[in-house]
Amino acid sequence: MGCPPNCGLASGKPLHKITRFEHEPISAISTNALLSPFPSVLYFMINFLLRRLLALLFVLLIVSVLVFFLMNAVPGGPFSLGERGYTPDALANLERKYGLDKPVWERYLNFLRGAVVLDFGDSFAVAGNPPVTAVIARVWPITLHVGLYTIIVSFGLGFIFGLVAAYYRNGWIDNVVTLIATAGTAVPNFIIATWLLLIFGYQIGWGQPSKWIIPPILGTGNAILSWDYFLPVITYALLPLGLVARYTRASVSDALNADYVRTARAKGLSERSIMFRHVLRNAMIPIITVVLPQIPNLLTGSLFIEVVYGINGLGKFFVTSITNKDYPMIMGLVLLIAFFWSITYLVTDILYALIDPRIRVGGRSRA
Amino acid sequence: MTEATNVIPLRPPTERRQQRSLLGDAVRRFARNRLAMIGFFILVFLFFLAIFADVIAPYPVDRADFNAVRVLPFTNSAYPLGTDNVGRDYLTRLIYGARTSMLVGLLVPLIGFSVGVTLGALAGYLGGTMDFIVQRLIEVFTAVPPLLIALFMLSVTGSGVGNIIFVLSVTAWIESARLTRAQFLTIREKEFVTSARALGATDARMILTHMLPNIITPLLVSFTFAVPAAIFAEAGLSFLGLGITEPTASWGKMVGSSIGNTIRVYYHLALFPTILVALTMLGFSFVGDGLQEALDPTRSR
Repeated sequence: MGCPPNCGLASGKPLHKITRFEHEPISAISTNALLSPFPSVLYFMINFLLRRLLALLFVLLIVSVLVFFLMNAVPGGPFSLGERGYTPDALANLERKYGLDKPVWERYLNFLRGAVVLDFGDSFAVAGNPPVTAVIARVWPITLHVGLYTIIVSFGLGFIFGLVAAYYRNGWIDNVVTLIATAGTAVPNFIIATWLLLIFGYQIGWGQPSKWIIPPILGTGNAILSWDYFLPVITYALLPLGLVARYTRASVSDALNADYVRTARAKGLSERSIMFRHVLRNAMIPIITVVLPQIPNLLTGSLFIEVVYGINGLGKFFVTSITNKDYPMIMGLVLLIAFFWSITYLVTDILYALIDPRIRVGGRSRA
Repeated sequence: MTEATNVIPLRPPTERRQQRSLLGDAVRRFARNRLAMIGFFILVFLFFLAIFADVIAPYPVDRADFNAVRVLPFTNSAYPLGTDNVGRDYLTRLIYGARTSMLVGLLVPLIGFSVGVTLGALAGYLGGTMDFIVQRLIEVFTAVPPLLIALFMLSVTGSGVGNIIFVLSVTAWIESARLTRAQFLTIREKEFVTSARALGATDARMILTHMLPNIITPLLVSFTFAVPAAIFAEAGLSFLGLGITEPTASWGKMVGSSIGNTIRVYYHLALFPTILVALTMLGFSFVGDGLQEALDPTRSR
């Protein structure tokens, strides 16, 4: 590990002297051991952030090149699809209108010029040819809404379940939590979705597909909180809930067996204070590292759940854009998702480094 | 306390208890694990279905009986599990579905691992430029979720079993590459590697005979988890109607085409394939957990 000149270790004082307080005047300790690490951390973080942001741009560029050229390598464009029956003249006119008659590289450069200022062009397939960004702005809130509820339900319940399971280990609660965790990871969510819809949806009338057209935040469609969210959120939450519960159980029961907890008990601290002051604090680290990478998944939406429940969100839109060969929409959605994921990786890495200073960022590969 | 208790009795090797090999130990631990054995028998059963589908299935896959469309299960002795929307025997379809699932489930991780382990080993062993290239490659491919990549690639290649396998392999190498690279980085500085290098081993020999055998355990465990992931992906894409094309049977497609207003009457069309998919996923995850515990005794619990 390279050490910048102003970091504590290179300041000329041998390490053992810093730790031996009785030989060291207070002022010397504060300048050498306490103050000097801060500039080094700052220097390190800025350096790291700049490098990672550069890498992010590079990744987005490569992704856009790959997707654009693969997409255009397929014979047949968006207008020669299916039985639309355009005459050759009409087809040529349409392609000229949307700029599809130009060579691929020229179209890519045009796309890039727009993408720099977040203009991805107009959609081919959506009625009225609105700009891609407008379509995303209309569709994403629906997905975000379901995603946020899912995050609250799965992380909250998962954490509580894991905690209780760790505390009453091998009791019936523990068994139930294990069962949920196994079911959530083992049974594909589109199958769970199908069965829940079959059992509850048609019977009770929760989750009517026709209601999902307008984002709830903008009013008219679904209410902000309605039973229509119940089935999608439950289905969607099952997997992260199981994951969170399992990790919470493991790390909390590790912490419960640790020496410092025994010491705390021996000191006569109350169970509650042991749990909140000692156990949870240390158990949080592994939980955070598992929970965070789940978030982009939940916020960009699940294809299957949106298709089964008829939610007109981002995931369902991705599928229809691909089948319609709506080139500008595909590019916009892919880049949005890629950006979102890359940012999450970045934030996770920063948090790793902040939570656990032993992890040096350069050597870590993504979890 | 007498001094004699501190002396460790030395016996000649011939009198020692029968020596246990690492593999024998692992097998014993695995067999003692109830869930792992249940998973193992589920997998044996599924592989039996997949391999001998031609022999045990009562009818050919694509034989349709138009006089017996959507027969309910347990009502007609000719079709014990009923028939589907075009009158094909459902039991036959389910058995052949196992073949599709197992084919995709095994081939995708095999292709993925052969590419991923090679890339990861080169990156971890050589470092430098190679490592840089592999890491950027991984970064690009992880920027978009694997399922969306598969979906996009399917629109480029078209559907079908071969294309599904190809499309899923495009992202299947990432996990193994990452794992191999990380493992190589940790064992690169170990004594046995240094001593092999001191003895003048070539790079290829170092990687193949000294380093790879040492990381076989995590790779094996990761493989058993990659299989259900591939099966899940195939079932999901077929469920959306984008994966396996007719006449090939696929559980995911069977669930997908059963959904509709009539599902409450013809419940069997969704019920049986879902049970099989769930059973497959459970089987592989039980075996994976069991292997992990059997091969790595330091993991307690």
